[in-house]
Amino acid sequence: MAQNAKISIKNLAKSFSGKTVLTDVTVDVAPQESLVIIGTSGCGKSVTLKCLLGLITPDSGDILIDGVNVVGQSRAERETMLHRFGMTFQFGALFDSLPIWENITFRLRQKQTMKKAEARAIAADIVGQLGLGAHVIDQYPAELSGGMQKRVALARAIADKPEILLFDEPTSGLDPITGGVIDNLITDSVKRLGATAITISHDMASVRRIADKVAMIHQGRVLWSGPVSEMDNSGIEEVDQFVHGKPVGPLTTAINKDALAAQAQKVG
Amino acid sequence: MFFIRFLRQTGQAAFGFLASLGRIAFFTGSAIRWTIQPPYYGKQLSRQILDIGYYSLPVVGLTTLFSGMVLALQSYTGFARFSAEDTVATVVVLSVTRELGPVLAGLMVAGRIGASMAAEIGTMRVTDQIDALDTLSTRPMQYLVAPRLLAGTICLPFLVLIGDIIGVFGGYIVGVYRLGFNPALYLSRTLEFLEFSDVMLGLIKAAVFGFLIALMGCYHGYHSGRGAEGVGLATTNAVVSSSIFILIANYLVTALFFGV
Ligand SMILES: Nc1ncnc2c1ncn2[C@@H]1O[C@H](COP(=O)(O)OP(=O)(O)OP(=O)(O)O)[C@@H](O)[C@H]1O
Ligand SMILES: [Mg+2]
Repeated sequence: MAQNAKISIKNLAKSFSGKTVLTDVTVDVAPQESLVIIGTSGCGKSVTLKCLLGLITPDSGDILIDGVNVVGQSRAERETMLHRFGMTFQFGALFDSLPIWENITFRLRQKQTMKKAEARAIAADIVGQLGLGAHVIDQYPAELSGGMQKRVALARAIADKPEILLFDEPTSGLDPITGGVIDNLITDSVKRLGATAITISHDMASVRRIADKVAMIHQGRVLWSGPVSEMDNSGIEEVDQFVHGKPVGPLTTAINKDALAAQAQKVG
Repeated sequence: MFFIRFLRQTGQAAFGFLASLGRIAFFTGSAIRWTIQPPYYGKQLSRQILDIGYYSLPVVGLTTLFSGMVLALQSYTGFARFSAEDTVATVVVLSVTRELGPVLAGLMVAGRIGASMAAEIGTMRVTDQIDALDTLSTRPMQYLVAPRLLAGTICLPFLVLIGDIIGVFGGYIVGVYRLGFNPALYLSRTLEFLEFSDVMLGLIKAAVFGFLIALMGCYHGYHSGRGAEGVGLATTNAVVSSSIFILIANYLVTALFFGV
Protein backbone atom coordinates (compact mmCIF):
# COMPACT_ATOMS: atom_id res chain seq x y z
CA MET A 1 0.00 0.00 0.00
CA ALA A 2 2.61 2.50 1.09
CA GLN A 3 4.57 1.79 -2.11
CA ASN A 4 1.94 3.06 -4.53
CA ALA A 5 0.33 5.66 -2.32
CA LYS A 6 0.08 9.10 -3.90
CA ILE A 7 0.57 10.81 -0.55
CA SER A 8 2.03 9.07 2.43
CA ILE A 9 2.35 10.86 5.76
CA LYS A 10 4.56 9.02 8.23
CA ASN A 11 5.01 9.69 11.95
CA LEU A 12 4.49 13.42 11.57
CA ALA A 13 5.19 15.40 14.75
CA LYS A 14 5.02 19.12 15.43
CA SER A 15 5.03 21.33 18.52
CA PHE A 16 4.82 25.11 18.76
CA SER A 17 7.05 26.62 21.44
CA GLY A 18 6.54 23.76 23.84
CA LYS A 19 2.91 23.08 22.92
CA THR A 20 2.61 19.68 21.28
CA VAL A 21 0.08 19.58 18.47
CA LEU A 22 0.96 16.48 16.43
CA THR A 23 2.82 13.54 17.95
CA ASP A 24 2.55 10.73 15.42
CA VAL A 25 0.31 11.23 12.41
CA THR A 26 0.48 8.45 9.85
CA VAL A 27 -1.90 8.13 6.92
CA ASP A 28 -1.80 7.12 3.24
CA VAL A 29 -3.84 8.40 0.33
CA ALA A 30 -4.04 6.32 -2.85
CA PRO A 31 -4.01 7.98 -6.29
CA GLN A 32 -7.38 9.48 -7.17
CA GLU A 33 -8.64 8.85 -3.69
CA SER A 34 -10.49 11.38 -1.59
CA LEU A 35 -9.42 11.46 2.04
CA VAL A 36 -11.33 13.45 4.61
CA ILE A 37 -9.64 14.38 7.88
CA ILE A 38 -11.93 14.90 10.85
CA GLY A 39 -11.21 15.76 14.47
CA THR A 40 -12.12 18.19 17.20
CA SER A 41 -11.26 21.85 16.89
CA GLY A 42 -7.59 22.58 17.50
CA CYS A 43 -6.42 18.98 17.10
CA GLY A 44 -4.00 19.95 14.32
CA LYS A 45 -5.83 19.29 11.05
CA SER A 46 -4.82 22.58 9.46
CA VAL A 47 -1.27 22.14 10.72
CA THR A 48 -1.12 18.75 8.99
CA LEU A 49 -2.11 20.26 5.64
CA LYS A 50 0.38 23.10 6.04
CA CYS A 51 3.13 20.56 6.71
CA LEU A 52 2.22 18.87 3.44
CA LEU A 53 2.82 22.12 1.56
CA GLY A 54 6.01 22.92 3.45
CA LEU A 55 4.43 26.05 4.97
CA ILE A 56 5.18 24.58 8.38
CA THR A 57 8.27 22.44 8.89
CA PRO A 58 7.50 19.37 10.98
CA ASP A 59 9.75 18.49 13.91
CA SER A 60 10.04 14.93 12.66
CA GLY A 61 8.39 12.51 10.29
CA ASP A 62 8.22 12.09 6.52
CA ILE A 63 5.79 13.11 3.83
CA LEU A 64 6.10 11.20 0.60
CA ILE A 65 4.46 12.47 -2.58
CA ASP A 66 4.73 9.79 -5.28
CA GLY A 67 7.45 8.22 -3.17
CA VAL A 68 9.53 11.41 -2.89
CA ASN A 69 10.11 12.83 0.55
CA VAL A 70 9.11 16.49 0.58
CA VAL A 71 10.29 17.23 4.13
CA GLY A 72 13.58 19.09 3.98
CA GLN A 73 13.43 19.66 0.22
CA SER A 74 15.49 22.43 -1.32
CA ARG A 75 13.67 25.61 -2.29
CA ALA A 76 13.79 24.78 -6.00
CA GLU A 77 12.47 21.25 -5.47
CA ARG A 78 9.70 22.56 -3.30
CA GLU A 79 8.67 25.18 -5.83
CA THR A 80 8.36 22.56 -8.59
CA MET A 81 6.42 20.32 -6.25
CA LEU A 82 4.00 23.12 -5.34
CA HIS A 83 2.88 23.47 -8.97
CA ARG A 84 1.07 20.17 -8.54
CA PHE A 85 -0.98 21.36 -5.56
CA GLY A 86 -4.15 23.37 -5.25
CA MET A 87 -5.13 24.51 -1.78
CA THR A 88 -7.90 26.40 -0.06
CA PHE A 89 -7.28 27.89 3.36
CA GLN A 90 -9.69 27.75 6.26
CA PHE A 91 -10.37 31.48 6.10
CA GLY A 92 -10.24 31.92 2.36
CA ALA A 93 -6.96 33.82 2.12
CA LEU A 94 -8.06 35.65 -1.02
CA PHE A 95 -5.82 38.54 -2.04
CA ASP A 96 -7.59 41.67 -0.79
CA SER A 97 -5.90 43.96 -3.25
CA LEU A 98 -6.87 42.05 -6.39
CA PRO A 99 -10.26 41.68 -8.07
CA ILE A 100 -11.82 38.22 -8.16
CA TRP A 101 -10.75 37.38 -11.70
CA GLU A 102 -7.10 38.14 -10.88
CA ASN A 103 -7.39 36.06 -7.72
CA ILE A 104 -8.73 33.07 -9.63
CA THR A 105 -6.26 33.22 -12.49
CA PHE A 106 -3.32 34.21 -10.29
CA ARG A 107 -1.23 31.12 -10.85
CA LEU A 108 -2.24 30.66 -14.47
CA ARG A 109 -0.94 34.13 -15.19
CA GLN A 110 2.28 33.52 -13.26
CA LYS A 111 3.01 30.46 -15.36
CA GLN A 112 2.22 31.89 -18.79
CA THR A 113 1.49 35.25 -20.31
CA MET A 114 -2.18 35.42 -20.93
CA LYS A 115 -4.44 38.06 -22.43
CA LYS A 116 -6.65 39.82 -19.92
CA ALA A 117 -9.78 38.87 -21.85
CA GLU A 118 -8.79 35.22 -21.87
CA ALA A 119 -8.09 35.20 -18.13
CA ARG A 120 -11.41 36.88 -17.43
CA ALA A 121 -13.24 34.33 -19.56
CA ILE A 122 -11.63 31.48 -17.62
CA ALA A 123 -12.55 33.12 -14.32
CA ALA A 124 -16.14 33.74 -15.41
CA ASP A 125 -16.47 30.12 -16.50
CA ILE A 126 -15.24 28.76 -13.17
CA VAL A 127 -17.38 31.02 -11.00
CA GLY A 128 -20.33 29.99 -13.16
CA GLN A 129 -19.70 26.34 -12.30
CA LEU A 130 -19.76 27.32 -8.63
CA GLY A 131 -23.14 29.01 -8.92
CA LEU A 132 -21.87 32.61 -8.89
CA GLY A 133 -22.87 35.26 -11.43
CA ALA A 134 -20.21 36.37 -13.93
CA HIS A 135 -20.36 39.94 -12.59
CA VAL A 136 -18.54 38.95 -9.38
CA ILE A 137 -15.24 38.63 -11.25
CA ASP A 138 -14.83 42.41 -11.21
CA GLN A 139 -15.55 42.74 -7.51
CA TYR A 140 -13.01 42.65 -4.69
CA PRO A 141 -12.95 39.95 -1.98
CA ALA A 142 -14.15 42.36 0.71
CA GLU A 143 -17.33 42.99 -1.30
CA LEU A 144 -18.37 39.32 -1.25
CA SER A 145 -20.19 37.40 1.47
CA GLY A 146 -18.28 34.75 3.41
CA GLY A 147 -19.82 31.92 1.42
CA MET A 148 -19.03 33.60 -1.89
CA GLN A 149 -15.43 34.09 -0.77
CA LYS A 150 -15.20 30.38 0.02
CA ARG A 151 -16.34 29.54 -3.47
CA VAL A 152 -13.88 31.95 -5.05
CA ALA A 153 -11.08 30.41 -2.97
CA LEU A 154 -12.11 27.02 -4.29
CA ALA A 155 -12.14 28.38 -7.84
CA ARG A 156 -8.60 29.67 -7.35
CA ALA A 157 -7.44 26.27 -6.09
CA ILE A 158 -8.80 24.32 -9.05
CA ALA A 159 -8.28 26.91 -11.81
CA ASP A 160 -5.20 25.27 -13.30
CA LYS A 161 -6.34 21.71 -12.62
CA PRO A 162 -3.70 20.59 -10.13
CA GLU A 163 -3.25 16.87 -9.45
CA ILE A 164 -3.41 17.16 -5.67
CA LEU A 165 -6.12 19.19 -3.97
CA LEU A 166 -6.11 20.23 -0.32
CA PHE A 167 -9.26 21.83 1.08
CA ASP A 168 -9.43 23.21 4.60
CA GLU A 169 -13.11 23.26 5.62
CA PRO A 170 -14.48 24.16 2.19
CA THR A 171 -18.14 23.95 3.20
CA SER A 172 -18.13 25.40 6.71
CA GLY A 173 -20.42 28.41 6.97
CA LEU A 174 -22.27 27.64 3.74
CA ASP A 175 -25.96 26.96 3.28
CA PRO A 176 -26.71 23.26 2.58
CA ILE A 177 -27.39 23.82 -1.12
CA THR A 178 -24.14 25.65 -1.81
CA GLY A 179 -22.40 23.09 0.37
CA GLY A 180 -23.82 20.40 -1.87
CA VAL A 181 -22.59 22.22 -4.99
CA ILE A 182 -19.10 22.37 -3.53
CA ASP A 183 -19.19 18.70 -2.55
CA ASN A 184 -20.11 17.85 -6.12
CA LEU A 185 -17.29 19.95 -7.42
CA ILE A 186 -14.81 18.16 -5.18
CA THR A 187 -16.02 14.69 -6.19
CA ASP A 188 -16.00 15.86 -9.78
CA SER A 189 -12.40 17.02 -9.58
CA VAL A 190 -11.39 13.68 -8.16
CA LYS A 191 -13.48 11.42 -10.40
CA ARG A 192 -13.30 13.34 -13.67
CA LEU A 193 -9.94 15.09 -13.51
CA GLY A 194 -8.27 12.26 -11.65
CA ALA A 195 -7.01 14.44 -8.81
CA THR A 196 -6.14 13.18 -5.35
CA ALA A 197 -7.82 15.16 -2.60
CA ILE A 198 -7.45 15.72 1.12
CA THR A 199 -10.30 17.65 2.70
CA ILE A 200 -10.78 18.80 6.27
CA SER A 201 -14.41 18.86 7.27
CA HIS A 202 -16.65 19.01 10.31
CA ASP A 203 -19.80 18.51 8.29
CA MET A 204 -20.63 14.81 8.50
CA ALA A 205 -23.19 14.92 5.65
CA SER A 206 -20.50 16.38 3.43
CA VAL A 207 -17.95 13.83 4.67
CA ARG A 208 -20.26 11.01 3.58
CA ARG A 209 -20.64 12.54 0.13
CA ILE A 210 -17.03 13.29 -0.71
CA ALA A 211 -14.91 10.79 1.22
CA ASP A 212 -13.51 7.52 -0.02
CA LYS A 213 -11.48 7.28 3.13
CA VAL A 214 -11.76 9.01 6.50
CA ALA A 215 -9.05 9.66 9.09
CA MET A 216 -9.72 11.02 12.54
CA ILE A 217 -6.97 12.91 14.34
CA HIS A 218 -7.10 12.85 18.10
CA GLN A 219 -4.43 13.80 20.64
CA GLY A 220 -1.81 14.23 17.95
CA ARG A 221 -2.31 10.86 16.27
CA VAL A 222 -4.58 9.28 13.68
CA LEU A 223 -6.96 7.50 16.01
CA TRP A 224 -8.79 5.73 13.26
CA SER A 225 -8.71 5.62 9.48
CA GLY A 226 -10.65 3.52 7.03
CA PRO A 227 -13.19 3.51 4.22
CA VAL A 228 -16.09 5.88 4.75
CA SER A 229 -18.48 2.89 4.76
CA GLU A 230 -16.88 1.61 7.94
CA MET A 231 -16.98 4.94 9.73
CA ASP A 232 -20.18 4.07 11.57
CA ASN A 233 -18.88 0.78 12.96
CA SER A 234 -15.31 1.66 13.80
CA GLY A 235 -15.87 0.27 17.28
CA ILE A 236 -13.99 3.24 18.72
CA GLU A 237 -15.94 5.38 21.16
CA GLU A 238 -14.28 8.67 20.19
CA VAL A 239 -15.02 8.16 16.50
CA ASP A 240 -18.58 7.24 17.29
CA GLN A 241 -19.06 10.30 19.39
CA PHE A 242 -17.62 12.61 16.73
CA VAL A 243 -19.51 11.07 13.83
CA HIS A 244 -22.82 11.27 15.60
CA GLY A 245 -22.10 14.53 17.36
CA LYS A 246 -22.98 13.24 20.82
CA PRO A 247 -22.45 15.87 23.50
CA VAL A 248 -21.38 13.27 26.08
CA GLY A 249 -18.49 10.88 25.54
CA PRO A 250 -14.72 10.40 25.76
CA LEU A 251 -13.98 13.48 23.57
CA THR A 252 -15.86 15.84 25.82
CA THR A 253 -14.32 14.50 29.01
CA ALA A 254 -10.91 14.91 27.36
CA ILE A 255 -11.75 18.49 26.46
CA ASN A 256 -12.89 19.15 30.01
CA LYS A 257 -9.75 17.56 31.36
CA ASP A 258 -7.62 19.74 29.06
CA ALA A 259 -9.47 22.83 30.20
CA LEU A 260 -9.00 21.89 33.82
CA ALA A 261 -5.32 21.20 33.28
CA ALA A 262 -4.87 24.56 31.57
CA GLN A 263 -6.64 26.29 34.38
CA ALA A 264 -4.55 24.50 36.97
CA GLN A 265 -1.40 25.59 35.12
CA LYS A 266 -2.55 29.19 35.10
CA VAL A 267 -3.35 29.19 38.79
CA GLY A 268 -0.28 27.18 39.83
CA MET B 1 18.10 37.92 44.95
CA PHE B 2 17.01 41.17 43.43
CA PHE B 3 20.42 41.69 41.89
CA ILE B 4 20.46 38.26 40.27
CA ARG B 5 17.00 38.78 38.87
CA PHE B 6 18.07 42.13 37.55
CA LEU B 7 21.12 40.58 35.87
CA ARG B 8 19.03 37.82 34.37
CA GLN B 9 16.46 40.17 32.97
CA THR B 10 19.08 42.46 31.51
CA GLY B 11 20.82 39.46 29.98
CA GLN B 12 17.61 38.18 28.48
CA ALA B 13 16.78 41.56 27.04
CA ALA B 14 20.26 41.87 25.55
CA PHE B 15 20.01 38.41 24.03
CA GLY B 16 16.59 39.16 22.63
CA PHE B 17 17.90 42.36 21.10
CA LEU B 18 20.87 40.61 19.49
CA ALA B 19 18.64 37.82 18.21
CA SER B 20 16.27 40.26 16.57
CA LEU B 21 19.20 42.15 15.01
CA GLY B 22 20.31 38.82 13.57
CA ARG B 23 16.84 38.13 12.19
CA ILE B 24 16.69 41.59 10.65
CA ALA B 25 20.10 41.12 9.05
CA PHE B 26 19.00 37.78 7.63
CA PHE B 27 15.75 39.27 6.34
CA THR B 28 17.66 42.15 4.74
CA GLY B 29 20.02 39.75 2.99
CA SER B 30 17.29 37.65 1.52
CA ALA B 31 15.18 40.70 0.64
CA ILE B 32 18.06 42.19 -1.35
CA ARG B 33 18.74 38.88 -3.03
CA TRP B 34 15.13 38.50 -4.17
CA THR B 35 14.94 42.13 -5.24
CA ILE B 36 17.79 41.56 -7.67
CA GLN B 37 16.54 38.25 -9.07
CA PRO B 38 13.77 38.09 -11.68
CA PRO B 39 10.83 37.89 -12.08
CA TYR B 40 10.02 41.55 -11.40
CA TYR B 41 6.52 42.67 -10.60
CA GLY B 42 6.20 46.01 -12.37
CA LYS B 43 2.59 46.59 -11.46
CA GLN B 44 3.33 46.13 -7.76
CA LEU B 45 6.28 48.51 -8.05
CA SER B 46 4.25 51.25 -9.72
CA ARG B 47 1.51 50.91 -7.12
CA GLN B 48 4.07 51.37 -4.36
CA ILE B 49 5.74 54.31 -6.09
CA LEU B 50 2.39 56.05 -6.36
CA ASP B 51 1.63 55.32 -2.73
CA ILE B 52 4.99 56.36 -1.29
CA GLY B 53 6.03 59.07 -3.73
CA TYR B 54 2.85 60.80 -4.75
CA TYR B 55 0.59 60.46 -1.73
CA SER B 56 3.33 61.48 0.71
CA LEU B 57 3.87 64.81 -1.05
CA PRO B 58 1.37 66.85 1.02
CA VAL B 59 2.75 65.59 4.33
CA VAL B 60 6.35 66.16 3.36
CA GLY B 61 5.56 69.53 1.77
CA LEU B 62 3.78 70.87 4.84
CA THR B 63 6.48 69.63 7.20
CA THR B 64 9.36 71.16 5.30
CA LEU B 65 7.47 74.39 4.58
CA PHE B 66 6.93 75.16 8.23
CA SER B 67 10.40 73.97 9.19
CA GLY B 68 11.93 76.38 6.69
CA MET B 69 9.75 79.18 8.03
CA VAL B 70 10.56 78.60 11.68
CA LEU B 71 14.23 78.22 10.87
CA ALA B 72 14.30 81.66 9.27
CA LEU B 73 12.64 83.19 12.33
CA GLN B 74 14.88 81.42 14.80
CA SER B 75 18.14 82.16 13.05
CA TYR B 76 17.15 85.77 12.55
CA THR B 77 16.38 86.39 16.22
CA GLY B 78 19.40 84.34 17.29
CA PHE B 79 21.93 85.87 14.95
CA ALA B 80 20.70 89.40 15.58
CA ARG B 81 22.65 89.16 18.84
CA PHE B 82 25.87 88.98 16.80
CA SER B 83 24.59 91.37 14.13
CA ALA B 84 24.82 88.48 11.70
CA GLU B 85 21.26 88.61 10.41
CA ASP B 86 22.33 88.44 6.80
CA THR B 87 23.34 84.79 7.19
CA VAL B 88 19.70 83.75 7.57
CA ALA B 89 19.33 82.60 3.96
CA THR B 90 22.48 80.49 4.14
CA VAL B 91 21.53 78.90 7.42
CA VAL B 92 18.10 78.01 6.13
CA VAL B 93 19.27 76.42 2.91
CA LEU B 94 22.11 74.45 4.48
CA SER B 95 20.05 73.13 7.39
CA VAL B 96 17.15 72.18 5.18
CA THR B 97 19.12 70.37 2.51
CA ARG B 98 21.59 68.63 4.80
CA GLU B 99 19.48 67.76 7.82
CA LEU B 100 15.91 68.85 8.20
CA GLY B 101 14.65 67.90 4.77
CA PRO B 102 15.75 64.26 4.82
CA VAL B 103 15.20 63.65 8.55
CA LEU B 104 11.77 65.23 8.79
CA ALA B 105 10.59 63.72 5.52
CA GLY B 106 11.99 60.38 6.65
CA LEU B 107 10.20 60.48 9.99
CA MET B 108 6.92 61.59 8.45
CA VAL B 109 7.07 58.89 5.79
CA ALA B 110 8.03 56.34 8.45
CA GLY B 111 4.79 57.13 10.24
CA ARG B 112 2.72 57.03 7.10
CA ILE B 113 4.27 54.33 4.96
CA GLY B 114 6.06 52.15 7.51
CA ALA B 115 2.81 51.73 9.39
CA SER B 116 0.69 50.97 6.36
CA MET B 117 3.21 48.46 4.99
CA ALA B 118 3.38 46.62 8.30
CA ALA B 119 -0.41 46.61 8.59
CA GLU B 120 -0.97 45.40 5.05
CA ILE B 121 1.66 42.67 5.07
CA GLY B 122 0.80 41.72 8.65
CA THR B 123 -2.86 41.28 7.70
CA MET B 124 -1.77 39.13 4.78
CA ARG B 125 0.28 37.05 7.17
CA VAL B 126 -2.46 36.45 9.74
CA THR B 127 -5.11 35.72 7.09
CA ASP B 128 -2.84 33.16 5.37
CA GLN B 129 -2.55 35.28 2.22
CA ILE B 130 1.23 35.02 2.34
CA ASP B 131 0.97 31.24 2.56
CA ALA B 132 -1.51 31.33 -0.32
CA LEU B 133 0.93 33.37 -2.43
CA ASP B 134 3.60 30.82 -1.75
CA THR B 135 1.41 27.89 -2.77
CA LEU B 136 0.40 29.77 -5.93
CA SER B 137 3.98 29.68 -7.17
CA THR B 138 4.88 33.25 -6.24
CA ARG B 139 7.65 34.12 -3.83
CA PRO B 140 6.29 36.55 -1.23
CA MET B 141 9.73 38.15 -0.97
CA GLN B 142 9.63 39.07 -4.65
CA TYR B 143 5.98 39.94 -4.90
CA LEU B 144 5.53 41.85 -1.64
CA VAL B 145 8.90 42.90 -0.23
CA ALA B 146 11.02 43.69 -3.30
CA PRO B 147 8.66 46.29 -4.85
CA ARG B 148 8.32 48.08 -1.51
CA LEU B 149 12.07 48.21 -0.89
CA LEU B 150 12.73 49.52 -4.39
CA ALA B 151 9.93 52.06 -4.24
CA GLY B 152 11.05 53.32 -0.83
CA THR B 153 14.65 53.74 -1.94
CA ILE B 154 13.70 55.46 -5.19
CA CYS B 155 10.93 57.73 -3.93
CA LEU B 156 12.43 59.27 -0.82
CA PRO B 157 15.19 61.21 -2.63
CA PHE B 158 12.59 62.76 -4.94
CA LEU B 159 10.35 63.60 -2.03
CA VAL B 160 13.26 65.18 -0.19
CA LEU B 161 14.33 67.18 -3.23
CA ILE B 162 10.85 68.65 -3.49
CA GLY B 163 10.79 69.11 0.28
CA ASP B 164 14.10 71.01 0.09
CA ILE B 165 12.70 73.43 -2.43
CA ILE B 166 9.54 73.97 -0.40
CA GLY B 167 11.56 74.41 2.81
CA VAL B 168 13.80 77.04 1.26
CA PHE B 169 10.70 78.73 -0.10
CA GLY B 170 9.25 78.79 3.43
CA GLY B 171 12.40 80.54 4.64
CA TYR B 172 12.13 82.97 1.75
CA ILE B 173 8.54 83.88 2.61
CA VAL B 174 9.41 84.65 6.21
CA GLY B 175 12.65 86.37 5.26
CA VAL B 176 11.09 88.65 2.68
CA TYR B 177 7.61 89.29 4.05
CA ARG B 178 8.25 89.31 7.80
CA LEU B 179 11.89 90.16 8.27
CA GLY B 180 12.11 92.61 5.41
CA PHE B 181 14.97 91.12 3.39
CA ASN B 182 15.41 92.18 -0.19
CA PRO B 183 14.06 89.30 -2.33
CA ALA B 184 16.89 89.27 -4.87
CA LEU B 185 19.49 89.49 -2.12
CA TYR B 186 17.88 86.68 -0.17
CA LEU B 187 17.91 84.41 -3.21
CA SER B 188 21.50 85.17 -4.11
CA ARG B 189 22.53 84.51 -0.49
CA THR B 190 20.67 81.23 -0.64
CA LEU B 191 22.64 80.06 -3.66
CA GLU B 192 25.97 81.64 -2.76
CA PHE B 193 27.22 79.14 -0.22
CA LEU B 194 25.15 76.15 -1.30
CA GLU B 195 27.25 73.39 -2.82
CA PHE B 196 26.17 70.43 -4.86
CA SER B 197 27.55 68.12 -2.19
CA ASP B 198 25.12 69.55 0.40
CA VAL B 199 22.14 68.56 -1.70
CA MET B 200 23.78 65.25 -2.55
CA LEU B 201 24.31 64.41 1.12
CA GLY B 202 20.61 65.00 1.76
CA LEU B 203 19.58 62.79 -1.14
CA ILE B 204 21.89 59.94 -0.10
CA LYS B 205 20.38 60.11 3.36
CA ALA B 206 16.91 60.08 1.86
CA ALA B 207 17.63 56.92 -0.13
CA VAL B 208 18.99 55.19 2.97
CA PHE B 209 15.97 56.28 5.02
CA GLY B 210 13.55 55.11 2.33
CA PHE B 211 15.19 51.72 2.30
CA LEU B 212 15.06 51.49 6.10
CA ILE B 213 11.40 52.50 6.29
CA ALA B 214 10.32 49.92 3.73
CA LEU B 215 12.57 47.28 5.29
CA MET B 216 11.12 47.76 8.77
CA GLY B 217 7.54 47.91 7.47
CA CYS B 218 8.02 44.66 5.57
CA TYR B 219 10.01 42.91 8.29
CA HIS B 220 7.52 43.57 11.06
CA GLY B 221 4.54 42.82 8.84
CA TYR B 222 6.11 39.62 7.59
CA HIS B 223 6.82 38.39 11.09
CA SER B 224 3.55 39.62 12.52
CA GLY B 225 2.09 37.66 15.42
CA ARG B 226 -1.27 35.95 15.19
CA GLY B 227 -4.53 37.88 15.23
CA ALA B 228 -5.42 41.56 15.11
CA GLU B 229 -3.25 42.16 18.17
CA GLY B 230 -0.23 40.83 16.29
CA VAL B 231 -0.83 43.22 13.40
CA GLY B 232 -1.25 46.18 15.75
CA LEU B 233 2.02 45.39 17.45
CA ALA B 234 3.77 44.95 14.10
CA THR B 235 2.59 48.40 13.04
CA THR B 236 3.85 50.08 16.18
CA ASN B 237 7.17 48.26 16.01
CA ALA B 238 7.63 49.22 12.37
CA VAL B 239 7.18 52.92 13.07
CA VAL B 240 9.31 52.96 16.23
CA SER B 241 12.16 50.90 14.82
CA SER B 242 12.33 52.72 11.49
CA SER B 243 12.36 56.09 13.29
CA ILE B 244 15.21 54.96 15.50
CA PHE B 245 17.14 53.48 12.58
CA ILE B 246 16.65 56.73 10.66
CA LEU B 247 18.22 58.79 13.46
CA ILE B 248 21.12 56.37 13.82
CA ALA B 249 21.69 56.18 10.07
CA ASN B 250 21.52 59.96 9.88
CA TYR B 251 24.52 60.23 12.17
CA LEU B 252 26.44 57.44 10.47
CA VAL B 253 25.93 58.78 6.95
CA THR B 254 26.88 62.31 8.00
CA ALA B 255 30.01 61.07 9.76
CA LEU B 256 31.01 58.95 6.77
CA PHE B 257 30.35 61.78 4.36
CA PHE B 258 32.58 64.24 6.16
CA GLY B 259 35.12 61.55 6.98
CA VAL B 260 35.18 62.26 10.72
N1 LIG C 1 1.75 29.04 13.38
C1 LIG C 1 1.38 28.61 14.59
N2 LIG C 1 2.04 29.02 15.70
C2 LIG C 1 1.68 28.58 16.91
N3 LIG C 1 0.69 27.73 17.16
C3 LIG C 1 -0.02 27.28 16.11
C4 LIG C 1 0.29 27.70 14.77
N4 LIG C 1 -0.56 27.08 13.93
C5 LIG C 1 -1.38 26.33 14.70
N5 LIG C 1 -1.05 26.44 16.01
C6 LIG C 1 -1.70 25.75 17.12
O1 LIG C 1 -1.84 24.39 16.78
C7 LIG C 1 -3.06 23.88 17.23
C8 LIG C 1 -3.78 23.20 16.09
O2 LIG C 1 -4.18 24.17 15.16
P1 LIG C 1 -4.96 23.80 13.83
O3 LIG C 1 -5.21 25.10 13.14
O4 LIG C 1 -4.24 22.76 13.07
O5 LIG C 1 -6.33 23.21 14.39
P2 LIG C 1 -7.48 22.55 13.55
O6 LIG C 1 -7.47 21.10 13.83
O7 LIG C 1 -7.38 22.97 12.14
O8 LIG C 1 -8.76 23.20 14.26
P3 LIG C 1 -10.06 23.85 13.61
O9 LIG C 1 -10.99 22.75 13.34
O10 LIG C 1 -10.57 24.75 14.69
O11 LIG C 1 -9.63 24.58 12.40
C9 LIG C 1 -3.84 25.04 17.81
O12 LIG C 1 -3.78 24.93 19.20
C10 LIG C 1 -3.11 26.26 17.35
O13 LIG C 1 -3.14 27.25 18.34
MG1 LIG D 1 -8.24 24.31 10.97
